[in-house]
Amino acid sequence: MQEYGSPFVGYGQPSKFEAKVARTFASAPGTNGTGAARTPLHLLDGTITPNGLHFERSHSGIPDIDPDRHRLLIHGLVKRPLVFGLQALDRYPMESRIAFLECGGNSGTLYQKDPAQLNAQALHGLVSCAEWTGIRLTTLLDEAGIDPKGQWLLAEGADAAGMSRSVPIAKAMDDGMIALYQNGERLRPSNGYPVRLLLPGWEGNMQVKWLRRIKITEGPTMTKDETSKYTISLPGDKALQFVFPIEGNSIITGPSPGLTLREPGFYEISGLAWSGYGRITRVDVSADGGKSWATAALQEPVLPKALTRFRIPWRWQGGPAILQSRATDDSGYVQPTRAELIAERGTARTIYHFNGIASWAVAENGEIRHVYA
Amino acid sequence: MRSPIALAIAGAMLVLPARAEGPALGRTATPDEIATWDTSIGPDGAGLPPGSGRAKQGAAVFAEKCAACHGESGSGKPNDRLVGGVGSLSGDAPVKTVGSFWPYATTLFDYVRRAMPITAAKSLSNDEVYAVCAFILERNGIVGESDVMDAKSLPQIKMPNRGGFTTFSRVK
Repeated sequence: MQEYGSPFVGYGQPSKFEAKVARTFASAPGTNGTGAARTPLHLLDGTITPNGLHFERSHSGIPDIDPDRHRLLIHGLVKRPLVFGLQALDRYPMESRIAFLECGGNSGTLYQKDPAQLNAQALHGLVSCAEWTGIRLTTLLDEAGIDPKGQWLLAEGADAAGMSRSVPIAKAMDDGMIALYQNGERLRPSNGYPVRLLLPGWEGNMQVKWLRRIKITEGPTMTKDETSKYTISLPGDKALQFVFPIEGNSIITGPSPGLTLREPGFYEISGLAWSGYGRITRVDVSADGGKSWATAALQEPVLPKALTRFRIPWRWQGGPAILQSRATDDSGYVQPTRAELIAERGTARTIYHFNGIASWAVAENGEIRHVYA
Repeated sequence: MRSPIALAIAGAMLVLPARAEGPALGRTATPDEIATWDTSIGPDGAGLPPGSGRAKQGAAVFAEKCAACHGESGSGKPNDRLVGGVGSLSGDAPVKTVGSFWPYATTLFDYVRRAMPITAAKSLSNDEVYAVCAFILERNGIVGESDVMDAKSLPQIKMPNRGGFTTFSRVK
């Protein structure tokens, strides 16, 4: 380069050559911003999702909240109902943890009878991972003083939908967080600015954004999103309710649909594994549709309830191949095959908590398609 | 000799709170404040406000404010179907509506009041919300045309799928 470069800017942006690395999104009919925007998993590496690419799911658009006017109320079965402004919350002791966040409906398309011809972003892009910084929920709950009868809490957002979910107190006490920062900067509006609930390892819908109210209750409130939605219809007439943890899962992000192999030779198979039960201990990879497996390397640090990058070298001979990955976590949970999951839950009866093994078929011309294998 | 900064730190150390004690920076919430914010409705009906409505009034509100998204009489499209589907849950294509799937009628009041209509949330009066609930329940054959929905009657409704849920547990 001999040409003099561009000037400084206040907030940096990616290279103009990376414009295709963007979220894709769809909104409910008649709305803007009600729906989901998906992380381009196939175009990223590492484990931390850049804030501008973190997936989002909103139920009534993204509210524009002035932090000076925002309040968090803690009430219900407590000794002292308390109100906190941001200035107060900012003075509390903080802690940071890296945690994945996944929408309960991620990968739901894979319950369908036929494999949708979509890429990793469209199929699995409702999972992301960030370093969250905030206040331990127990700190605030202890100050309010929970009545022993209070076994649940209702978390409510300040969005127009007043998004609300019931959470067992035990989870709040275990590792719940009032998050204020995301990857070092204040939460993005689409991820709950200025305050969100973080429940590491549990379905994203419960981790209420724009958190304005916590009500301690005896039982669950039975909100719309824990009864009519986010429940799993099983074969027969029963549905599973309160499916909170995200179970062990993994996907290969590269090679993957859209990333055509140009010639035979060396490729690194790379992907992401995660589990709401804890730490990923092992990821096995198959290039022959699950007939044979090899154990991939896990990128350190491997953190509990965080995305874990796995990698394994592969030499493509130019013939057909079917790539799969299978995660195991430190609770002993092994990611099921799609067939095992379908046997339990049926075809297209639900869209929630799909964590069966996904398959990418590599054709002789190097093109990659989503298949069931 | 100690620098002023070191002295300041040493001074701060002296006022460190005991470990179990939080910063206690929350302000006590007043009963009025709580009443304004606390709009959630429990399955026992706790929190339901005064007011009432019948299906007939609800039909008019629904036609004006809900039908564009939920179809005439809640038949669905472009958004969620609200009516019918009873008996479909065990079939190949379960139709999950308020009538066939929702376990509590109180949830309907809570959700309509807090979130609907989607472009004008919290704009319906309590009477209108009760009336819309009455209409949707009436279309599902759960209440009669002249039944009054209010804080007393709504929680008493036994929804057809009340017993349709099993709590998830990892232990199989």
